Amino acid sequence: MRHLLSAADLDVAETTAILDLAEEMALVQGRPVKKLPALRGRTVVNLFFEDSTRTRSSFELAGKWLSADVINISAKGSSVSKGESLRDTVLTVASMGVDALVIRHMASGAPLQAARWFAELGLGVQVLNAGDGTHEHPTQALLDAFTLRRHFRAQGSGGDLAGRRVAVVGDITHSRVARSNVALLTTLGAQVVLVAPPTLLPSGVGSWPVEVRTDLDEVLGEVDAVMMLRVQRERMSGGYFPTPREYTVGYGLTRSRLGLLRPGTPICHPGPMNRGLEISADAADSAGSLILDQVAAGVAVRMSVLFQLLGGADETTGASR
Amino acid sequence: MTDSPSTLEWRADVRDVLVVGADLAGAGPGDLLIRDGLFADPADARPDAHRVDARGLVALPGLVDLHTHLREPGREDAETVATGTVAAARGGFTAVLAMANTSPVTDTAEAAEHLLALALGGSVAAAQVVPVGAVSKGLAGEELAELGLMARSAARTRVFSDDGRCVADARLMRRALEYVRAFDGVVAQHAQDPRLAGPDACCHEGEVSGRLGLPGWPAVAEAGIVARDVGLAELTRSRLHVCHVSTAETVDVLRWAKQRGVAVTAEVTPHHLLLTVDELLGYDPTYKVNPPLRRAEDVAALREALADGTIDVVATDHAPHARHDKEHAFVDAASGMVGLETALGVVVETMVRPGALGWREVATRMSSGPAHIARLAEQGRPLVVGEPANLVLVDPERRTTVDRDASASLSRNNPWHGRDLPDPVVATWWRGRATYGR
Repeated sequence: MRHLLSAADLDVAETTAILDLAEEMALVQGRPVKKLPALRGRTVVNLFFEDSTRTRSSFELAGKWLSADVINISAKGSSVSKGESLRDTVLTVASMGVDALVIRHMASGAPLQAARWFAELGLGVQVLNAGDGTHEHPTQALLDAFTLRRHFRAQGSGGDLAGRRVAVVGDITHSRVARSNVALLTTLGAQVVLVAPPTLLPSGVGSWPVEVRTDLDEVLGEVDAVMMLRVQRERMSGGYFPTPREYTVGYGLTRSRLGLLRPGTPICHPGPMNRGLEISADAADSAGSLILDQVAAGVAVRMSVLFQLLGGADETTGASR
Repeated sequence: MTDSPSTLEWRADVRDVLVVGADLAGAGPGDLLIRDGLFADPADARPDAHRVDARGLVALPGLVDLHTHLREPGREDAETVATGTVAAARGGFTAVLAMANTSPVTDTAEAAEHLLALALGGSVAAAQVVPVGAVSKGLAGEELAELGLMARSAARTRVFSDDGRCVADARLMRRALEYVRAFDGVVAQHAQDPRLAGPDACCHEGEVSGRLGLPGWPAVAEAGIVARDVGLAELTRSRLHVCHVSTAETVDVLRWAKQRGVAVTAEVTPHHLLLTVDELLGYDPTYKVNPPLRRAEDVAALREALADGTIDVVATDHAPHARHDKEHAFVDAASGMVGLETALGVVVETMVRPGALGWREVATRMSSGPAHIARLAEQGRPLVVGEPANLVLVDPERRTTVDRDASASLSRNNPWHGRDLPDPVVATWWRGRATYGR
């Protein structure tokens, strides 16, 4: 596997391989001693241009539990404001001899550009997209799929996501989580239902392989899982909807809406939650909530991805694992 | 003695240049004699005249670019008057209008005259440099710049533009249009409603922007401003020019306005005649330009409008940028592409070869049309005795694979790099002086 830039780059076999390996990694996670020697001697740099607590620490734990050397670089603020180009920043880090660069950036496409610059210079650094602007967040989609798969398996209905209907609710326009989930869930054969006010639906969504709805109440009883998206604070005053109160009434997973779900319907949220806005405490803490399972899955999935990218396959000799 | 154009060099000792057998802008073969900066009667050519065999070539009046960013003063690392005008000459241009968004901004008579002096001093310029004046002080969109003083200055400014930014305030736009009427000026509008397409907008709003998660720049943000501005031009009985038209919607508005008799002209860039938003799929900032690349249906509408005259001229929007200003994330990178050297090639590819424009029309769209809009007396003139010898020789069949490093421009943000395109310019003379010859 080369880079992880977009969930759309993964086919069914690759996705399944990542998720299956993540199951094994999850076993390690449950042990008292959580350390595998798999990536000993390998170096992973988390290069975060944007604040993140859970994604960064999740990648950090994933790398450390695989015995990689992990360092975190916070490069907050745009490269323009610092006077250094993005190219210079990523090449500087890559030139230290790192094996993988986990990039979080507030601008869409930044990890893809980094991968292209590395290719132009013949650098073998693996690039992992840890969230780029409003484009993609592929490991989030992988951990969501992992969580749902486990949930359905535990429910006794099999772990296959094919044929499942999954509602993704909220600010689709600005959500990298939504874009990656649409790609990955579709690859896995699930049917995605996007639910949002029209102001928060991306342009061209009509050509996406999804169903688009604007009435949440109609949808809730028809789906096998619900993913609530975070409403970014800056959108609240951006004129996308009149008031937070009105948003909650229209698109929040309120206590009363819980009753519309079929029994046992799992509820996901990528976090951090705005409790009381897009999700009520009753929903977040309900029996169907998988929100903490998602966090746990994040580490296992990222261990799996790091292993797929760095484990075994030796870039210098071309020997396969 | 006879030289092929490909070996032609400028020689100070050659007084007469006799161009033999070129198709004179689509009017059929003829000869041209260049003497003392003017066209003279070929029958008067002296025996020692430098003969240029131009059979099979087309002669056009020197091209005029209404929309060039020379970056000097302020960003001499990206382009200078010297390098930009050499690039212009290589593209067949004998005049460029230098946009006002330099540092300092060309918003005073002194600034306009300074640019003029840069071009004249030491003969650095390889083409006529015509300063465009800012509409508003500092391009801030709030108060009128000293339009009249720029018009009265040695620069004789007639084109005013805040290009790079839209004159968004309707009242300011109205006043600018009214005011420049006194000296036959024209306001060249960068049509972009900043409320609909803000500073981050960098991708045509549609399927691609939604998929890539790039801030959208909807077509209506251009067409809406143009609709308003043609209304203001009608109200003020003044001249409006619309920069870099990029959408089919704007073409419809222009067609309607021209039918009403509004004094509006418009330009299209070469890149909007060929490239589409699909180029953005790899997030390569080389393809970041403002207005952004649009849909295939816009490209088709723009070509049709250029053919039928709804769009009057081709202008390059040559926008050189230092490499490091393009090496940011897509949304953060500088907007713009170089275009002077490839402009005619793209027009040949998109308009001439498909039969949408003949050479006479190319001369109108790229020479006499822009010269007339800018009220340049000595540019865009017919190829006849007594006129200034501004001339470009064109080989319609020649092609090349564009190499961004084989450029006179200081910048390399060239969207055509690696593409096979017509490479038609063989030689250029400005005021009788050979400014380019291959």
